[in-house]
Amino acid sequence: MTMTDVRVAPPAPEPEEVTDRARHERRLGLTLSAPAFLVMVFVTAYPLIYAVVLSLYNYRLTDPEGREFVGLRNYATVLTDSVWWSDFVTTLIITVASVAIELVLGFAFAFVMYRIIQGRSLVRTGILIPYGIVTVVSAYIWQFAFQLDSGFVNQWFGLGDFNFFGQRWSALFVIILSEIWKTTPFISLLLLAGLVQVPEEYQEAARVDGATPWQRLWRVTLPNMKAAIMVALLFRTLDAWRIFDNPFIMTRGANNTETLSFLAYRQNVTLVNLGTGSAVSVLLFLTVVIIAFIFVKGFRTDLSQVRGDR
Amino acid sequence: MNSLGKGSARRRLAAATVLALSAGLLTACGDDSGLPVITWYINPDNGGQGRLAERCAAEAGNTYKVDVQVLPNDASQQREQLVRRLAAKDSSIDVMSLDPPFVAEFANAEFLRPFDDADAAALTKDVLKGPLQTAYWKDQLVAAPFWANTQLLWYRKSVAQAAGVDPAAANFTWDEMIRTAESQKKVIGVQANRYEGYMVWINALVASAGGEIIGDVEAGKDAKPEINSPAGDDAARVIGDLARSAAAPPAMSTMGEEEARSAFQSDAGGFMVNWPYVYSAAKESVAGGGITQQVFDDIAWARYPRMAADKPSKPPLGGINLTIGAFSKHPEQALDLVKCATSLPNNVAYMLDAGNPAARGPAYDDPKVREAYPMAEVIRQSINDAGPRPITPYYNDVSTSVQITWHPATDVTAPATPEEAATFMSDVLLGKRLL
Repeated sequence: MTMTDVRVAPPAPEPEEVTDRARHERRLGLTLSAPAFLVMVFVTAYPLIYAVVLSLYNYRLTDPEGREFVGLRNYATVLTDSVWWSDFVTTLIITVASVAIELVLGFAFAFVMYRIIQGRSLVRTGILIPYGIVTVVSAYIWQFAFQLDSGFVNQWFGLGDFNFFGQRWSALFVIILSEIWKTTPFISLLLLAGLVQVPEEYQEAARVDGATPWQRLWRVTLPNMKAAIMVALLFRTLDAWRIFDNPFIMTRGANNTETLSFLAYRQNVTLVNLGTGSAVSVLLFLTVVIIAFIFVKGFRTDLSQVRGDR
Repeated sequence: MNSLGKGSARRRLAAATVLALSAGLLTACGDDSGLPVITWYINPDNGGQGRLAERCAAEAGNTYKVDVQVLPNDASQQREQLVRRLAAKDSSIDVMSLDPPFVAEFANAEFLRPFDDADAAALTKDVLKGPLQTAYWKDQLVAAPFWANTQLLWYRKSVAQAAGVDPAAANFTWDEMIRTAESQKKVIGVQANRYEGYMVWINALVASAGGEIIGDVEAGKDAKPEINSPAGDDAARVIGDLARSAAAPPAMSTMGEEEARSAFQSDAGGFMVNWPYVYSAAKESVAGGGITQQVFDDIAWARYPRMAADKPSKPPLGGINLTIGAFSKHPEQALDLVKCATSLPNNVAYMLDAGNPAARGPAYDDPKVREAYPMAEVIRQSINDAGPRPITPYYNDVSTSVQITWHPATDVTAPATPEEAATFMSDVLLGKRLL
């Protein structure tokens, strides 16, 4: 960083020509990205603002005459209701458990994909297959595996007539398991990208200095791919936080397995309670923003890592 | 020359594309024959509605075609799909087979095309009183009763005989039934899982006791819960008593129609309230070796039990109403289809074909119906005197509030449970609590 500064500053050759070109490039860049920007505003900002407006009303889609402005009351209702907090805790449990386990597993997979020499593409494809399966399909697969009538899991482990979907913890266990199976490939792919960026010379230097493999992992590999790890964690956390498909298919939210996205869906789509539903959606959005903020500012996550350029 | 040729080629291509696209659009609404296509969204059945559709199109001289679209199995998912489409003003919805509790919600949102007086007279002629009540919203006919359903009291003759009671007697009450079952060490099959079937039971008890779950429904979300009343307390007392008695089936809190049936068919079975389908299901069970002919011969039926000996019961009401989508492009043909499908002859035909009881009274006088349904007269009476579930645009909220506060049945007490239900329901309606 300082080196480039030093090199650019003293000669200063024809500064006007450079700025002219830069200006052109900047204008070209803006022109090229303008259509995309406008489309983004149209498809993201408009619904977002509309949702915020709706959240200030007591409004049922099927009772248009009963529409009434209530200010922030919907937010107060949601935030003081036990349903929201129960769903919040459920979502938190699923997020923390699945992301933590996926990080460890994903790291192992990333190492395998990185180090393997024979059958490299076969292994890489094999690891990535679960990620290519539609979540609803994978939810059904896991549901069928654990269900009393069609499942084989109880038989394999001698669990008899244990109903996995009959109570909260066992149902959450299956949901988390399905999440892990489905998205570990994603996290390992991001970690693999980080892994290949650790210069081989560092490893060699450490080896020459007599570092054990364990020391090399903790002192050389991990610190050098910290940015990639943080990005992987951020993406997966945001993903897990918005979990919907698995509980929807497996339990329909019964036995306290409803997540925040599910609550928003139920208020908006099932009850067509657009006011409260929008308030839940906006609150969900705010929690996502907070998570992203904590990662980006708190842990200084460098998002440019995803692109693979350093 | 070259560029000119290219240009005209491009124009020709564009013209061809436009033609192809518009042809696609035309076929989408008109079919090759140019006949209007009426889309009928049905609840899943054994194909009976599809056969009715073909017959009706033929009777209309093939002036339209009917495209039958099957909705999901679950009534609440049927509603969800229809609401989502109608909220977007889907003009492809011409005719809908609608669960009666949702009629008020759809009508209030102006999703249904009301019938004019002349059509209303034809569509409601001889229709039994129960289903008729579910077809109106704000004094206007918005739905045509197609078929109706009700629950009967099913009992084992041997159990009644041993106890010396007559469940078919006019004044047979819930209290008497619970006492009898306890003394004979038998169970009573009911629907008490946290689902719509539980609401059906609670509503029937409240209605039979002379009350209602919610009143002043046209006030929308300001409607007044009436479940915290003597009638609601009576219902809570019966449900709590049964749940805490020896007459309660072991898995009562997760019991639906099918679980109740299998409990009733078991050795411990004494009584059950359930829909008439259980009779044909038991018959099939005999054929399949599930139960013996002896057990089948032991099964008898009577009208739904009373809450008070001197007050006739108001049995549960189910069924399907036919409605016309407000945004339909072919309302005339849709009306023709509705009139045809709900006609008396077709009521009879559908009852014999699909096994669903007719909405029009005279259908039960048909000799073939009498033959297929030995209990036809009780069904007709029950449907006529049935107490529909609350007719309110907020039905979903009302029903779910009741289910949540009254489940599990073992915790139901009077007057605490009805009080709690009333408060919760009103909070939910006013947007002060989440469901």
